[in-house]
Amino acid sequence: MIKFTLDGKEFEVTKGTTILEVARGAGIKIPTLCYHEEMSPYGSCRLCLVEVIKRGWPSIQPACLYPAQEGIEVMTDSERVRKNRKILLELYLARSPDSEAIRELAREYGVRDTRFKLKETSNCILCGLCVRACEEISGRRAISFAHRGSKRAIQTPFGELAELCVGCKACAYVCPTRAIEIEEAD
Amino acid sequence: MTPLRRIAQATEIMKPEDITTMQKLSIDDLEKITQKVRKRTLLSEGAGRAKVTVHMGTCGIAAGAGKVLTALEDAFKKNDVKGVILTTSGCAGMCCREPMITVELKGEAPVHYVGLSEENALQIFAEHVLEGKLVEEFALGVGHERFLGESVRVGAAAARSEEAEDVPDLLDVGFFGHQTLVALKNRGMIDPEEIDEYIARGGYRALAKALTQMTPEDIVNQVTISGLRGRGGGGFPTGRKWASAAKATGRPKYIICNADEGDPGAYMDRSIIESDPHSVIEGMLLSGLGVGSIEGYVYIRAEYPLATSILRTAIRQAREYGLLGDNIFGTDFCFDLFIKQGAGAFVCGESSALRASIEGLPGEPTSKYDHATDKGLWEKPTVLNNVETFANVPIIIDKGGEWYASMGTETSKGTKVFSLVGNINNTGLIEVEMGTTLREIIYDIGGGIPNGKKFKAVQTGGPSGGCIPAEKLDMPVDFEQLKEAGSIMGSGGMIVMDEGTCVVNVAKYFIEFCNDESCGKCISCRDGSAALLNILERICDGKGQEEDIELMKDLCGTITDASLCGLGTSLANPVLSTLMYFGDEYIAHIRDKKCPAKICKPLFQYKVITDNCKKCGLCFTNCPSDAIIWKKKEVAEIIQEKCVKCGICVEVCKFGAVE
Ligand SMILES: Cc1cc2nc3c(=O)[nH]c(=O)nc-3n(C[C@H](O)[C@H](O)[C@H](O)COP(=O)(O)O)c2cc1C
Ligand code: FES
Repeated sequence: MIKFTLDGKEFEVTKGTTILEVARGAGIKIPTLCYHEEMSPYGSCRLCLVEVIKRGWPSIQPACLYPAQEGIEVMTDSERVRKNRKILLELYLARSPDSEAIRELAREYGVRDTRFKLKETSNCILCGLCVRACEEISGRRAISFAHRGSKRAIQTPFGELAELCVGCKACAYVCPTRAIEIEEAD
Repeated sequence: MTPLRRIAQATEIMKPEDITTMQKLSIDDLEKITQKVRKRTLLSEGAGRAKVTVHMGTCGIAAGAGKVLTALEDAFKKNDVKGVILTTSGCAGMCCREPMITVELKGEAPVHYVGLSEENALQIFAEHVLEGKLVEEFALGVGHERFLGESVRVGAAAARSEEAEDVPDLLDVGFFGHQTLVALKNRGMIDPEEIDEYIARGGYRALAKALTQMTPEDIVNQVTISGLRGRGGGGFPTGRKWASAAKATGRPKYIICNADEGDPGAYMDRSIIESDPHSVIEGMLLSGLGVGSIEGYVYIRAEYPLATSILRTAIRQAREYGLLGDNIFGTDFCFDLFIKQGAGAFVCGESSALRASIEGLPGEPTSKYDHATDKGLWEKPTVLNNVETFANVPIIIDKGGEWYASMGTETSKGTKVFSLVGNINNTGLIEVEMGTTLREIIYDIGGGIPNGKKFKAVQTGGPSGGCIPAEKLDMPVDFEQLKEAGSIMGSGGMIVMDEGTCVVNVAKYFIEFCNDESCGKCISCRDGSAALLNILERICDGKGQEEDIELMKDLCGTITDASLCGLGTSLANPVLSTLMYFGDEYIAHIRDKKCPAKICKPLFQYKVITDNCKKCGLCFTNCPSDAIIWKKKEVAEIIQEKCVKCGICVEVCKFGAVE
């Protein structure tokens, strides 16, 4: 068993438990966009970040991936966490200004507007939930990430109609920003 | 067949049967090979009366070394010269003065010629090789570089001919005199495609010593004592890494050499592999022996075709000699090495992305909370080190950790290889003792800034590094000092910038690079860098606002804090360091809408100074965009709407009438 503190409270958990799992169990709210209990954590949205003090050294870590470790001190809502989260939400607003889910989340953290500008906007935040749903839930690999940097996108192989797709719509169902539309084909 | 073999056969210095016999080596064979090679290559051992070495690194070849070699080969054939060796070697370091050749006559010190055309080379062949008269015009220096901390002055004793009097000792040539070769100890001295030549210069002795006189713990201990720190950027103590891998219980264990080298302006690792591949192989073998691994990988980027091919040859030759494979030197130590080519993504140099790439997964960093030395490649204990790190190991085992630790500073031992590029007279690959000052590197070795311009800043550490200003020129270079100055050692790229460089533009360049090279997984790195780039572009376009400075600082903070891998956590450094040292330049762009270095085109205009204009019309004839109106006997005028701000009018005007 591993003992550590989370927002000032002592916890004892089994090895390998993540901070996010402990927090959810204890009713402590940590915002997430790329996490889903039924799928493996990926760590791309960075919203779940928390401040961890390990052997006196503070650092920022993603709660969905970071495993609880003996003697660490975790803060889910420190000033540094809040500051970073607000900047991230501004980046999300710049990326997906039309997404109701993003606007709602931003409002919760007091972010009404963004000071940032991106060349392209999109409702897709590249969280990768659809990719994991396709692979882990439906057992297919009809979609995946393509390209890197700002050109990164979710695509079917070579951008063509995916033969592997069985039309289960799991991808659209898990999408946190409703960025996937399903077209019925004949 | 390598050029050496081809020529050796043609000139009958080496008999064909010497060439093909390959057997598994015993330790005693190293000495035999050494003697054989010395007889074949050292003039003092009777190899011949003269030796000509053409330096054929990628830099040399790009500058025309291939043509020089062909011209010399033809001349050799035509003149039917006997007793003269023509051979090739890797980069000699001074990339800006390639093609280079070295000519050595029996009983005399080697003479280094630079900047040669085919005709120059033939002249040197005719006068120096055939008639024994040094060609002063192209000679840079005479003698040897300082290596392994020892300098040998050739002095008068080298029987230097009279013409040579004005040619300095190589140690008095600033570029070479201030360097100390350790990792580059064989540069320009051996044919990288000839394992025998490496052996003849002491190669594989460290392995022999380790196998016969040392335990695996001794190897790791010596590396720990040496104080060697990773040369790939992080500076992690190599001995400590090896010790944890040695302790790890998982099996098998892997040794990986990181040759992904993707920093703009950096080519240390390529050059080491191109000029001395066996030093890296021997370093990896020693690592395998030290930590108990039998399998290694070299992860090399596909954009390095020459290095890859040389490495492939080296691995094949080492296998043929039984230096890779089973029962090395007849002991029970087994180790083999494989090449894995990367597809040119910068981020694949990051350790977790590199492992994913070798495993056949997308080259994307992942969060790892276990040490790679416990769970690395395929979840097995793994040692990942940089090319230069491995290249330092054989000499450490050979001469002992204490010897290595006697060089350098308190916290950074030994030497470091840098690629010196940018606005500097001597671009090239250099190796200096840790603690050498930036001034020594830039002025003594680099020969200062060209065209009489002033030094402005030096960017170290690649895209994750920072810009260091003139006030810090006397700073000794080591891991800690660079960090304190807001930059990092990185892998060793040094980009020198003169006063004509706009630091805002430089920061923009690096952010653009990182935005392109980000794998795109974390929003902070992907969209964070894009947003940062957008602000920098705005500033360079004259549309910046005062709040942008604070905004950039906030954004940089989050990019650094919230990103997963080293690419994201350090990509803000070029912006933060230029904000720290050159804040006024940002202010000039934002508040005064001026680019002091005149790089950001929207922020300045060219004008004709009426009083200076001699009405000659040169600017008019040379303007590529028809932006100048001029008639005979009239002052020229620039139409701003048509001007593309190329600056040609300023350059061609003899009277300083355009500003
Ligand atoms: C984005 C990124 C790129 C990197 N590229 C390289 C590289 O090209 N070569 C290299 O040796 N290390 C590179 N590194 C550092 C490696 O992750 C790793 O620390 C290093 O290879 C370890 O070897 P060392 O201890 O010998 O330096 C990179 C790191 C990051 C974050
Ligand atoms: S939930 Fe942890 S990074 Fe997205």
